[in-house]
Amino acid sequence: MNLAAMDMIDWVIFLAKPVLICVIMLQVVPIMVWVERRGSALIQNRLGPNRIGPLGLLQSLADAIKMMTKEDFIPGHVMGFYYQLAPVLCVVPAFMTFAVIPFAGNLVMDGRTIHFQAADLNVGVLYILSITSLAVYGIIMAGWASNNKYALLGSLRSSAQMISYELTMGLALVGIIMTFSSVQLADIVAGQSQTLIQLGPIAIPKLGIFVQPIGFFLFTTAVFAETNRLPFDLPEGESEIVAGYHLEYSSMKFGLFMMGEYISMAVGSALISTLYFGGFQMLPGMGWLHGQIVQAAALPQLQADLLRVGFEIASFTAKTGFWLWTFVWVRWTIPRFRYDQLMDLGWKFMLPVALLNIFATGFFIYKGWI
Amino acid sequence: MLVKRKAPLLSGIYVTDIISGMAKTIYQFFFGRRVTVQYPEERRQYSDRFRGMHYIKATNGVENCTACMLCPTVCPAECIHIEAGERPDKEKYPIKFEIDVLRCCFCGMCEEACPKDAIKLSTIYEMSTEARKVYDKDYLLEQRGHK
Repeated sequence: MNLAAMDMIDWVIFLAKPVLICVIMLQVVPIMVWVERRGSALIQNRLGPNRIGPLGLLQSLADAIKMMTKEDFIPGHVMGFYYQLAPVLCVVPAFMTFAVIPFAGNLVMDGRTIHFQAADLNVGVLYILSITSLAVYGIIMAGWASNNKYALLGSLRSSAQMISYELTMGLALVGIIMTFSSVQLADIVAGQSQTLIQLGPIAIPKLGIFVQPIGFFLFTTAVFAETNRLPFDLPEGESEIVAGYHLEYSSMKFGLFMMGEYISMAVGSALISTLYFGGFQMLPGMGWLHGQIVQAAALPQLQADLLRVGFEIASFTAKTGFWLWTFVWVRWTIPRFRYDQLMDLGWKFMLPVALLNIFATGFFIYKGWI
Repeated sequence: MLVKRKAPLLSGIYVTDIISGMAKTIYQFFFGRRVTVQYPEERRQYSDRFRGMHYIKATNGVENCTACMLCPTVCPAECIHIEAGERPDKEKYPIKFEIDVLRCCFCGMCEEACPKDAIKLSTIYEMSTEARKVYDKDYLLEQRGHK
């Protein structure tokens, strides 16, 4: 991007996109806290918080007020600077990953192309891999700076777990990169709109899950492990190590860890839907509905495009929302893995399968089947 | 004898277990019977034999208690304090009858020990207060939760 050649409107678009993404991501946190609490309650035959606001929707607001007005206690035995820095380091990488995820197709307006993506980097997927591995620093720093044995144990487990599953995550992504011959997420999404098989009137699109089913399972599992969610929440392990790495944190510093967890969940869900479910490609039926509306109202090109962008954002949100719900759903279904089971699954099963998946993908591409 | 059972196929990767578990939880989510009691609006039905807040039973406005000291003797928490006195008609009665409910363990042994059916435990279970008071005779003589 040539910064010197940008005029006023370019600058506004350039600055508005990150702000918009950050604001939306911050909204995910209270909504997900509510979904988590109500969802877990309904799964466990309870009702959950239902007093504050309609359906208890304002519960998260009350939680936020509580979180911010609580005493921010810093124990005497911590390493001040790193202790303060750790929660920030947990949140920031989570936000940064979202920069390369496209959430709608390009929009051409007055000869200007607007990309619905904060940064259209040519390294795309590699950027995601590098930034997600930064998230582990926040956790390790929190555990180390807390100067507490439980916290240190939590962060040790976390570092081992995240490094083990990052390998699988990267290798699972190689399959997708090979299939769509690009590391740019916009290209991957565009590639998924092609037709895989034509079954009469129904065209099955070349979605990532159809061409990379094994890669999808591996990637999803790795994302669960990377976000420290159950069944891989060993770093927190309440029954064994009290609360793990955020044991010594109180008030909004603890809140930041929680925000980091939910935002990385949102990023993980967005990644799964972008890489394996066609990202912002419209849900089945939406394309037809869009065509009908455009025809019926005889919309001009620009308005039709705007409507398309609206539909695409809605599709992307729906897919991401479904995966966010799956995170909650899995959390309240599966108990925590034992540490050796976690390592066995990561190194003895997922890593070899991911490697085999790459070979199989290569063979399929060589034969021209995908 | 150590019996080694053969693990079912694919049990090591947990896929079938996870799917059946998730089917169960989503069923609970949509159709599960909710067991929550919405407390201030709904209340659980307790047995009539529930041991809650104490009261001293009175007959014709006079307490049944004769200050025989059986209840403070039997009380394991030592929360009952009685000072005996004499009425003009030479009948023994409690001048002071205090129960420190904060120490009480609601075992109901005072009620069992009482020969005059005077100290009784009602079914009242909402006993929270803002002050740590020791309940005196006047308070206990109100026939709340009478049974």
